[in-house]
Amino acid sequence: MKQISAVNDFVVKFANVNGSGSASANELFARSILRMGVPVSPRNIFPSNIQGLPTWYEVRVTEAGYLGRRGGVDMMVAMNPQTWDKDIKEISPGGYLFYDNSKPMPKSKFRDDVNVIGMPLTEICNATYSDPRQRQLFKNIIYVGALSALLQIDPAVIEKLFAEQYKGKEALLQSNIKALHLGRDYALKNLQCPSGLTVKAANNVGDKIFIDGNSAAALGAVYGGASVCAWYPITPSSSLAEAFIAYCRKMRAEPETGKSRYAIIQAEDELASIGMAIGAGWNGARSFTATSGPGISLMTEFIGLAYFAEIPVVLVDVQRGGPSTGMPTRTQQSDLLACAYASHGDTKHVLLFPEDPTECFEMTAQALELAERLQTPVFVMTDLDIGMNTRLCRPFSWDDKAQYDRGKVMTYDMLEGGADFGRYKDVDGDGIPYRTYPGTHPQLGAYFTRGTTKDTYARYSEAGPDYIENVTRLLKKFDTAKKLVPQPVLTKAKGEARFGALYYGSTSPAMTEALDVLAAQGIHVDAMRVRGFPFAQEVKEFVMSHPGTFIIEQNRDAQLKTMLVTEEQINVDRLISVLHYDGTPITARFIADQIANHIAAHTVVPMKKAAS
Amino acid sequence: MTYLAKPKLHPPALTKNTVGYPRRDYEGKISTLCAGCGHDSISASIVQACWELDIEPHRVAKLSGIGCSSKTPDYFLGNSHGFNSVHGRMPSVLTGANLANRELIYMGVSGDGDSASIGIGQFAHAMRRGINMVYIVENNGVYGLTKGQFSATADKGSKSKRGVVNSDEPLDMIGMALLLGATYVARSFSGDKKQLVPLIKGAIEHKGAAFIDVVSPCVAFNNHAGSTKSYEYVRQHNEAVNRLDFIEGRDEITADYAPGETITVEQHDGTFLRLRKLAADHDPTDRVKTMNFVQEHAAKGEVVTGLLYVDPKAVDLHEHMNTVETPLNQLTAKELCPGSAALAKINASLR
Repeated sequence: MKQISAVNDFVVKFANVNGSGSASANELFARSILRMGVPVSPRNIFPSNIQGLPTWYEVRVTEAGYLGRRGGVDMMVAMNPQTWDKDIKEISPGGYLFYDNSKPMPKSKFRDDVNVIGMPLTEICNATYSDPRQRQLFKNIIYVGALSALLQIDPAVIEKLFAEQYKGKEALLQSNIKALHLGRDYALKNLQCPSGLTVKAANNVGDKIFIDGNSAAALGAVYGGASVCAWYPITPSSSLAEAFIAYCRKMRAEPETGKSRYAIIQAEDELASIGMAIGAGWNGARSFTATSGPGISLMTEFIGLAYFAEIPVVLVDVQRGGPSTGMPTRTQQSDLLACAYASHGDTKHVLLFPEDPTECFEMTAQALELAERLQTPVFVMTDLDIGMNTRLCRPFSWDDKAQYDRGKVMTYDMLEGGADFGRYKDVDGDGIPYRTYPGTHPQLGAYFTRGTTKDTYARYSEAGPDYIENVTRLLKKFDTAKKLVPQPVLTKAKGEARFGALYYGSTSPAMTEALDVLAAQGIHVDAMRVRGFPFAQEVKEFVMSHPGTFIIEQNRDAQLKTMLVTEEQINVDRLISVLHYDGTPITARFIADQIANHIAAHTVVPMKKAAS
Repeated sequence: MTYLAKPKLHPPALTKNTVGYPRRDYEGKISTLCAGCGHDSISASIVQACWELDIEPHRVAKLSGIGCSSKTPDYFLGNSHGFNSVHGRMPSVLTGANLANRELIYMGVSGDGDSASIGIGQFAHAMRRGINMVYIVENNGVYGLTKGQFSATADKGSKSKRGVVNSDEPLDMIGMALLLGATYVARSFSGDKKQLVPLIKGAIEHKGAAFIDVVSPCVAFNNHAGSTKSYEYVRQHNEAVNRLDFIEGRDEITADYAPGETITVEQHDGTFLRLRKLAADHDPTDRVKTMNFVQEHAAKGEVVTGLLYVDPKAVDLHEHMNTVETPLNQLTAKELCPGSAALAKINASLR
């Protein structure tokens, strides 16, 4: 039978039961390969459930460093009888099935075209451990041990990871090492080791770090100077606020007193969490909330207030599958329109699109800065794929000389010096007015903040000219934002490119790989990664410089395309959508196939050539 | 409303408080509410209370939601920052503002529509958290700005101006505040400034969630026969349980009253509240008994007013959260940003 043979380039998928302790064992597996210098890209595929339902962990081993989801499974570690049939079906022909053969299974449950590797995991555990919980937990470590033999993972690397994890807990350390070798020794003695899939030490990880996007965004909020956070638990954003709590506890205590240089509130709902963040922003503290699509829906009225009253606030939207409750544990990029035009009336909001945890860190810090400079809500549009999976990415960096730019704030001295303070007056021609913090000056600088219309001195007014002045200035301000948001990143094709491709956010790693796949087929595509909204000038220029531009998105309705057509008046005929929206992360295979098929269908083949 | 603007120039003879302001400096824009509106009397009481407490006007932040009551912050303390937020959401905006700068005084003004209907959730949670604020509900049992619909505090059986009888149970905000952990709970009547001003002063000085339900008749839509929130009805059914003398500092306690007639409560900050008792069976430091007391009188159709409950040992949200003394909005990158060395360590731990 065919055996898939690959070194440092394969996919292992673990099928587990939620709550069985498999997550840490599976992550150990991924980390051990990383420590051998071989990049990995793991993804959790989990249900909206705490215990009992199926959960999967898919690890892509990729020496080339392609961190997008590949698709296809070369080895299935099938530990969940509930999903057995589906899991078996997923294995590529010639791939491997690793399973627990403690109980005999009928032949009909297997496939002829996959290599079956059975190991009596339950039997080994029952013989070694008497405590039921230990039997369960160490079963996971035992299979990691067996895999280390099958895939040639260096056991010393795993032991080192144990040593780091169980520092000072000698008993735990030893029992884990014992379980690891129990599995490893069994495999070496009884199974054909190595299998066709092997890991070979390389040097392709470098100084990269391995972290999830939610933790990275939380750290960005710490570094960006957020001192108030209000949030309401919602998958997949809860771990962002929780990471912010953890980082603040460690790094934001006043040294002399131990008191907190931050305030975090778990609010009663999303309406309150955004209200609190806005109240803090109004009062001069950098503040943010983290949420997902349903939370954005609830916050929409307040977002309109912050837009119209011009209050800085940051929202990190960790997008999931919508609409409504949608797919709470699956990924999508489907909140763009809901965020870009949130709230009734004419509104437009600033959006940032991070591609990975590093950019979650950078852009969350930048969003806090931009919100104050622009005095408006700023959205960080991450998603479940980035937020809840550990990803190999550039290390974080910070310039210690950087001071926070608090934007246009009129101080006591400026007021005392006779500055004319009009809260909604455009002094510098960029559409951004000055504001004062409450309590600044006894006689000067107070104003009344409201969601109703007002004149440039913040006085209530429903006069048409005052309203027009106000909303056109807001447009001017939005225009100013074009140059302040992260600029797009262009990747020119190596050959002559007739087509362009626009993409953003978590599509990035799959796109990078797709471009290589296409180039190998002789299809050259220029690519531009959009990183902010309003769109920088270059985005339109890019589209106009290609007869056709693909827009790759993870939503059904081509939301970024809609924004491009609306905001940049681009003829829709120039834009070709590539849309992936089943809740799984987009793959390079999908993108490359869609683009290649489209190009093949629309390429006019010369008559002669077609005839031959 | 009145169209007569008051002159801006003050005669030098105006009495100034110890921080140097005449009372006129605590006023705001001219009210746009109806002549005779109870809300304007409450604004006047806020002006009086802040002036008498020698608070610098700009050290107060006044926040509101939407509705007639929520317009009033424009009509008092003209040199304070104000925030007219969205309907029913004043508590959350005020909470955030309070977190950002613990040094200001936070005055939340709301109505029965704004707080008891759309905003009941945020009202409840603000009380639970013990935010250091004055929460005034200007309660008239009716939606004024939208012309006369019942609000959630309208009494069962009361009649609207159009003659409709309300069949819903009223929402008891005093009862809820007591239940939810407000540490200063009072009720008053907009027409009784003598009672109301000291209650507001006590609430400002109280460290924690201070709630005042002020029955404030709507002259346009709820001041007719059959209404239980009319001037006439409230005057007839008002049952004051005590009179509050607000005292700053320790020295001013004098033994003017016979034993048993007064209760003196020392507050967290060393100030004293002295209550002249009008109801012998009411102890304002006992929360559970107060809940019973209020319910018993309500069942008899009486509107109990006065300082109903105070927890002198109350602490506020900042204390619960152990936040630094420096207002968070004054912290700079030096205090907030852990720097590149700490980041290098984090990077190392992620490899």
